[in-house]
Amino acid sequence: MTTDLRTQPAPAPTTQRVPRPTTTVRTRLGSAFAMFRNRKSITGLVILGFFVLVAAFADVLAPYSPTQVDNTARFQPPSAEHWLGTTHLGEDVLSQVIHGTRGVIVVGFLAAIIATVIAVVIGVIAGYLRGWRSESLSALTNVFLVIPGLPLIIIVASLFDDPPLIVIAAVLGLTGWAWGARVLRAQTMSLRNRDFVQAARANGEPLRRIIGMEMLPNLMALIAASFVGTVTAAILALTTLSYIGVIPVNTYNWGTILNWASAQGAFRQNQWWWFLPPGLCIAAIGVALSLINFGIDEYVNPRLRSAGERARAMKKRGLDVNDAVTAVRTTTKDDA
Amino acid sequence: MRDALLTVRDFSVTYDVDPPVEAVKDVTLELRRGEILGLAGESGCGKTTLAYGLQRLLKAPAVITGGSVVFHDRSGEDVDVARLDAEQMRRFRWDKISMVFQGAMNALNPVAPIGAQLEDVFEVHRPGMSRAERREAAAELLDIVKVGRQRLRSFPHELSGGMRQRVMIAMALALRPQLMVMDEPTTALDVLVQREILRQISQLRHEFGFTVVFITHDLPLLLEISDRIAIMRAGEIVELDTAERIWTNPQDEYTKTLLSSFPRLTGDRGVVVR
Amino acid sequence: MTAVQPQPPVQDGVEVGTTATTAVKGHSRVPWRFLTGRAAFYLFTLWAAITINFFLPRMMKGDAVDQYLSRNRNVSPEAADALRALLGLDTDKSLLQQYVDYWALLLRGDLGVSLLHGLRPVTEVISQALPWTVGLVGFATVVSFAIGTIGGAVVGWRRGSRLDGLIPVTTFLSTIPYFWLGLLAIALFSVNLGWFPIGKAYGVGMTPQWSAEFIGQVIHHGTLPAATIVIASLGGWMLGMRNMMLTVLDEDYVMVAQAKGMPNRRVLWRYAARNAVLPQIQSFALSIGFIVGGTIVMEMVFSYPGVGKLLLDATNAKDYALMQGVFLVITLSVLVANILADVAYAFLDPRTRQTEA
Repeated sequence: MTTDLRTQPAPAPTTQRVPRPTTTVRTRLGSAFAMFRNRKSITGLVILGFFVLVAAFADVLAPYSPTQVDNTARFQPPSAEHWLGTTHLGEDVLSQVIHGTRGVIVVGFLAAIIATVIAVVIGVIAGYLRGWRSESLSALTNVFLVIPGLPLIIIVASLFDDPPLIVIAAVLGLTGWAWGARVLRAQTMSLRNRDFVQAARANGEPLRRIIGMEMLPNLMALIAASFVGTVTAAILALTTLSYIGVIPVNTYNWGTILNWASAQGAFRQNQWWWFLPPGLCIAAIGVALSLINFGIDEYVNPRLRSAGERARAMKKRGLDVNDAVTAVRTTTKDDA
Repeated sequence: MRDALLTVRDFSVTYDVDPPVEAVKDVTLELRRGEILGLAGESGCGKTTLAYGLQRLLKAPAVITGGSVVFHDRSGEDVDVARLDAEQMRRFRWDKISMVFQGAMNALNPVAPIGAQLEDVFEVHRPGMSRAERREAAAELLDIVKVGRQRLRSFPHELSGGMRQRVMIAMALALRPQLMVMDEPTTALDVLVQREILRQISQLRHEFGFTVVFITHDLPLLLEISDRIAIMRAGEIVELDTAERIWTNPQDEYTKTLLSSFPRLTGDRGVVVR
Repeated sequence: MTAVQPQPPVQDGVEVGTTATTAVKGHSRVPWRFLTGRAAFYLFTLWAAITINFFLPRMMKGDAVDQYLSRNRNVSPEAADALRALLGLDTDKSLLQQYVDYWALLLRGDLGVSLLHGLRPVTEVISQALPWTVGLVGFATVVSFAIGTIGGAVVGWRRGSRLDGLIPVTTFLSTIPYFWLGLLAIALFSVNLGWFPIGKAYGVGMTPQWSAEFIGQVIHHGTLPAATIVIASLGGWMLGMRNMMLTVLDEDYVMVAQAKGMPNRRVLWRYAARNAVLPQIQSFALSIGFIVGGTIVMEMVFSYPGVGKLLLDATNAKDYALMQGVFLVITLSVLVANILADVAYAFLDPRTRQTEA
């Protein structure tokens, strides 16, 4: 009963067109921002947005000018006229904090943009190329990782007399790209071997198209996480450098406020209204950025997202996810 | 010593999710001492869930929702597996029933030498043994599976796939269990290595006399090596008979479909031509 | 049909032609190939750091350094020569020649003299300050890493328990800038509660000595800075370890361990945590550079006599030779710490010891 497949007529080819899923710009953007669509990210973005608005509308929001001196009201604790009290010169602390937001936001984001652009260029190229080119870029990245950043910035900043914000941002960006580049290189290297990239290369797609259309969308989450992390690092570095005094104290940011507060002995004299708000603001922005990064983390690695939730959902049903032994739930247990 | 090793009656396992999934439905079978029982079926039929469930190895959200599993120890004692608490279960495991897992690529701890991974079974289950005795027992196990005791201090990444699978078998054999459950032990290996491993299993069985439950989707393989075969589909056992009778006289429609879907070398369609 | 017929046992034990006969090549337990690769990288980084150090003072405005030297006439001729070579004032020599001279000075161990510190050799000034930094930072970092990693392992193991709440708390603490936390600690514990002294490494009037009283003072003074460092950096380690644990717990070998009847404690530490800690060590190596940055600030806040404070004082006083020297020493320390972390990693991860096939 053998049938010779060759003698069977081939079925007539159907010419039905299968509709291709439409990928409009809108759907692409939507999927690109999917990483932000969870509770943690949204909370973080809201807090961050608040600070950005404060920075943008500082002139309108601050009740006084930050440099407005009032000799009659020095070292005053919070009151109705001065919600956060006054400094040693009678300046309004609240206004200073509000105006300080601008420097922090501008430098933070600018430095992160510079660092991320460099990290993407070096990281992705180093990951995609092979051989000595990749190795040498990797060596360059590692050198920048090992050389301690803050001492370098201190020394470089001391070479300038009055660096404008943009120079500070540039220096921070140029010293802070290495971590992101390393992470991106590792991820690009693993993507390079994936099937869809091999297929694109076999198809003869030009390099910039492969990187731009095939790889970058897959790297978006990592790039976003790296960007957010760099903003955090830049803000911390900026405020730290301002506090130390390496960055001249006539630029406004929360670090310089703390510099003055410390110099005037506010910590020793318990003038908490002066030194608590700037620090809390730094922490608040840090928390917001961490939340955004948590959200991205969970998007990238679903294990993280569901691990805690799943365990709690199981607990509601009386099951322990960590149990090494399967639970038994029989309605009747007869003792035979 | 009873003839039956494991009595499974109306055993059911459900995954408690929304909506709940009944992975194993009212399975009843009696495993005879010393036999090789093949467990066959397509992907998702529940054979792995059944095998893991019998040893309560499934993690939440899996729940055993019905039936009983009774292990008849060769000492004469009957153990109701579902009634054991966590600590009793932990002692029961590997001592009475052990398992050989699929794809030993990742089944061995990458940072510990294989000797240590064999020895810790003794450390935990046979606390009376001295360190020298444990080392000797582990070396002996490696000799038995023909990996050689010179590999005691090797790490998993230094061994080939076939050797790793042999180490898994050695590990399962460590406490001389009465039942070994083998979950697709040769699927990830090439055919020549497959043959060696199967030969080895058979040799060991004759030497040590344990019962085997062999899970695979490869029905022709089971026809060669098993005494009895259970065909599973959608969580239920649709046919359970000796290998001979399944080959010559399958009863269930599904069994016939399964048999006919394996191509023959000669070009006839199906292992069994109908 | 019955099972395959068993073969009669082979006499010599190992059948030829089976997977068991791959010869066991002798391989050493030391991962030489891995280490030599890393050594090459470190030498390159060392060279890069020294070269950057070479260019640093030369980036400054020309007259600044001239003014600096002209202000200080008490410098001996040899010291002046050394300073000129270090700081790039020999404009009559070519850059390459300056570079060679610079290397010659370094290899002699001559880093110039510190004008801020009474013309003492820079090497002497730094070697007095270095032990304080290494002691404080080393101790605090190791403690923080240990607590964070162990804590992260436990939190990762007990998924969904109340311990999960530790993660946001410790992460919040790590977003607070070091210096602010330090200042708050001083305000609270030193000024208000008076439990700890405000700054410095030991009491005023004490000279360093190996006495119980001195050591007691060191511990007393060092508690607050160390505790601040630990609390501020705990979050990062804990988060990283917990995330790695969640990934490792899904691996096959963890399930096999549980199937073998291993008690939970053993599975947690010897199977799961032992594997999850490997990327932790790598990220530890990478973050040493950042840790050093935080230390500098810490020393300033607490007036701790380490190299960080040295650097800041030098920067303020424009003592260029000292600045250059401290930067070099800091970079070398980071490099050494990296090497140690790498060596630890190489010994902990057996996969780095690929046989030289």
